[in-house]
Amino acid sequence: MSVLIFADQTEGHIKKASFEVLSYGAALAKQMGTSAEALVLGTVTDDLAALGKYGVAKVHQVANETLNHVDAQLYAKVIAEAVTATGATVLVFSHTQTGKAVSARTAARLKAGIVTGACALPDTSNGFTVKKTVFSGKAFANISISSPIKVISLNLNSFKTVAGEGTAEVVALNVAVDASKIKITAINKIVGEVPLTEADIVVSGGRGLKGPENWGVLLDLAKELHAGTACSRPVGDAHWRPHHEHVGQTGVQIAPNLYIALGISGAIQHLAGVNRSKVIVVINKDPEAPFFKAADYGIVGDLFEVVPKLTEEIKKLHAST
Amino acid sequence: MKILVCVSKTPDTTSKIAFTNGNTKFDEAGVQWIINPYDEWYALVRAIELKEKDPSIVIHLVTVGLADCDPIIRKALALGGDEAIRINTDNSDSYYIAAQIAEVAKKGGYDLILTGKETIDYNGSSIAGMVAELVDAPYVSLATLFELNGTTASITREIEGGEEVAEVSLPVVVSCQKGMAEQRIPNMRGIMAARTKPLQVAEPAAIDALTSILSFELPPAKAGVKLVSPDNVAELVRLLHEEAKAI
Repeated sequence: MSVLIFADQTEGHIKKASFEVLSYGAALAKQMGTSAEALVLGTVTDDLAALGKYGVAKVHQVANETLNHVDAQLYAKVIAEAVTATGATVLVFSHTQTGKAVSARTAARLKAGIVTGACALPDTSNGFTVKKTVFSGKAFANISISSPIKVISLNLNSFKTVAGEGTAEVVALNVAVDASKIKITAINKIVGEVPLTEADIVVSGGRGLKGPENWGVLLDLAKELHAGTACSRPVGDAHWRPHHEHVGQTGVQIAPNLYIALGISGAIQHLAGVNRSKVIVVINKDPEAPFFKAADYGIVGDLFEVVPKLTEEIKKLHAST
Repeated sequence: MKILVCVSKTPDTTSKIAFTNGNTKFDEAGVQWIINPYDEWYALVRAIELKEKDPSIVIHLVTVGLADCDPIIRKALALGGDEAIRINTDNSDSYYIAAQIAEVAKKGGYDLILTGKETIDYNGSSIAGMVAELVDAPYVSLATLFELNGTTASITREIEGGEEVAEVSLPVVVSCQKGMAEQRIPNMRGIMAARTKPLQVAEPAAIDALTSILSFELPPAKAGVKLVSPDNVAELVRLLHEEAKAI
């Protein structure tokens, strides 16, 4: 009986989202009076013993190069075997693209109940109940898992990463790995940009910017904040900005610490993609824009005047701290 | 070549979200029901596009739900599905639902199984991966492009920080999102034809549900927006730094 946390890696480095889910798994193990252990698939350059600082006692590694690439079929088999080998009763993923691909498949293999999109520690006082977001962030559901093994996929930015002291014991796990039935013919990573789902701060633009040629004010602000950049659906559909920047119900769903919306009215479908942001700032010249109702801070004004001033003020703040 | 498209009934995206029966049940009063947009706009329409190129392709639809799902199934048939199967149960456990679909999939011998990337009500994004495991097929998630070359599929999918292109031999399970296809409106001919297309109702297989919904909650109301004057942008920066600790 232990909590096994899948610590996802990319290009040899443990992902930032994994630190969050390691902290979550460690807190859950403590709550259940058991130990937290991590599972890493593939070969890595990072020092895995250092994951101990997030509260795991052991790191199990299946150091097989085939696993450097995510194939849900192979991953599910290997992770399920790791659960059996370690005797884990709770398996935790981060609800990233990889987590979405792999967690449910692994759960089905283990015949384990799963809650994806979890947003808090489970209530283990009487059974095992997990709170998750539903209706695209407009509500929560409390879901009870009844199977002996439980699987959780944790929403990004929903648990505080806690880094302390500690070193984990790294254990090699020998699991047979099949050949992948999927052949990858191209990988196109967007370089030089902060990936949207990992960004702490996101600056987003809507039709209020009036055209792609006006994006400079937004990009300057994003650069000063080391922020990811996003846009509303009409902007993506008009090809003012690339499709992968579209956040909303049918685009990317994000939950940054700070979301700054420039010239976006805040239609319900847009809110569905950003309503889990911790702090929302809206700058819009229309005081009736529905987004102000969902915002924490707002400025009613012309964004072309306000945003350059905002960038300047943030520069001053950065210079003074 | 046979394609199975999994569709789910969801409330319209603009529906008011509220709960009844002591917050244990979604309040359906005044709700418009639609085909889950990811299932319809991307999975189903892409299947229809493939059939338009190769008329020998047969498209079957499957949904897990009660008789109130029939209108959305008829709409899916009107858009271009050939036949539909409804598994008659309202269980909401993802394993239970996936196992029901897997039973249909195993019997039907499908070359391709398509779903939306998630439903807009439960946001589980679990069914496709589970079905793939239960039928022991490769799984490509979050697909944005799908091309068929004989018995091989070329699929572009979203990964963290970009995309990758994968080639895989059929059969394969694919979850679909924006980019795959564009929304369509059923035409009158399709609507007329859908009335007589087969819609089989099957009783669920004996499967154990592994989860159950105990209750729902609405998020706490926002405290209300703090408005700052456009002439005092420094104040916004101060609030974000000192009060919200966001920068």
